[in-house]
Amino acid sequence: MPKVKPHRTSPSLDMTPMVDLAFLLVTFFMLTATPSEDVAVVVDTPSSTSEKQLPEKNVVQLTIDKDKRVFFSMSGQPIKIKTLDQIAGKYNLTFTPAQKQRFAALPDFGVPVQQLPAYLSLSTEDRKAYKQPGIPYDSLNNQMIEWVMAARSVSVGQFQQAPYIAIKGDGQADVPTVKDVIESLQEKKLNRFYLITDLEMQPVASK
Amino acid sequence: MAEIQQQADSGGKGGKKRAKKMSTKIDMTPMVDLAFLLLTFFMLTTTFAKPNVMQITMPVPPEPNDPEPLALKASEAFTVLLGEKNKVYYYEGLVDATSKPELKVTDFSSNGIRKTLLERRSRVPNTTVLIKPADNSNYKNMVDILDEMNITQQKKYALVDISKDDSDLIQSSGL
Repeated sequence: MPKVKPHRTSPSLDMTPMVDLAFLLVTFFMLTATPSEDVAVVVDTPSSTSEKQLPEKNVVQLTIDKDKRVFFSMSGQPIKIKTLDQIAGKYNLTFTPAQKQRFAALPDFGVPVQQLPAYLSLSTEDRKAYKQPGIPYDSLNNQMIEWVMAARSVSVGQFQQAPYIAIKGDGQADVPTVKDVIESLQEKKLNRFYLITDLEMQPVASK
Repeated sequence: MAEIQQQADSGGKGGKKRAKKMSTKIDMTPMVDLAFLLLTFFMLTTTFAKPNVMQITMPVPPEPNDPEPLALKASEAFTVLLGEKNKVYYYEGLVDATSKPELKVTDFSSNGIRKTLLERRSRVPNTTVLIKPADNSNYKNMVDILDEMNITQQKKYALVDISKDDSDLIQSSGL
């Protein structure tokens, strides 16, 4: 009687479906990804129970940090350049095409407009190291509102729709600064804006 | 790793040496590694969450030649003052030179200002809340109190500048 050997199957796994799945996921993430930009200042927003989402397009954002600095950012690269042109015309400044491209690529900025050409000419490392003073927003030299109005007029020309104005304040920002910003907006009859917040759970208001 | 090369067993007889057939299988493991590396990279650099927003509509500032707006009745007014160190002061009615309402202090917890607001509303249904952030309060308090208005479904409220009477009231109360 010969011994019956059990037939050994080789312990090999077919990895092909795994690769398929992995690449399917990769392509999905590649297509849905919006790379997180490194912004000039990190702001810890307070939380609220509001579930409204910030619109994706046509947003003008004012960031207020703890040190009373105001930063400006807006969505849309072509309209950014047009806005810069408007401001340059107003303050009699000239920007080179390279500087304009740089400006369109920046997520946000917080320098007075007179220093903006020099700031845009800095290399990336220098720009990261440079401590931005914030955009002036006092009543004598209110460049912040000029930026908002310029962005507004360009957006209206482009999309026939006024941009959404969002204020992103640090939780530790002081109220007078926020009030000054709001008052500047109100002087230009901009009475509706959004405050950017984090989401927290809606508590049950007990009766 | 996932493949083990099988030794082709040479049949014991000294037969013809066949050209060894290579298997057409490719080891896919490195490919999987690469795919998952890319996958994790994209997962980590993606920002999914769009920020939430709270909409505020400020009242339109009155024009110089507008008619005087209706004055708020003292019986309907309920004032919330935001002080330093996350304190919330509140009083009923209006403050002026003649009347000094009683100032009370509370906080942002669920048993604090929220309870007070609901209790006040059950007594005076058409309450108007005046929110006055003091200069030493912070923006977080301001958002929190606006949020409380949403939570308690307070319809009529307004952000107002703090007056000297209000700050004097906080000073003199010593709370």
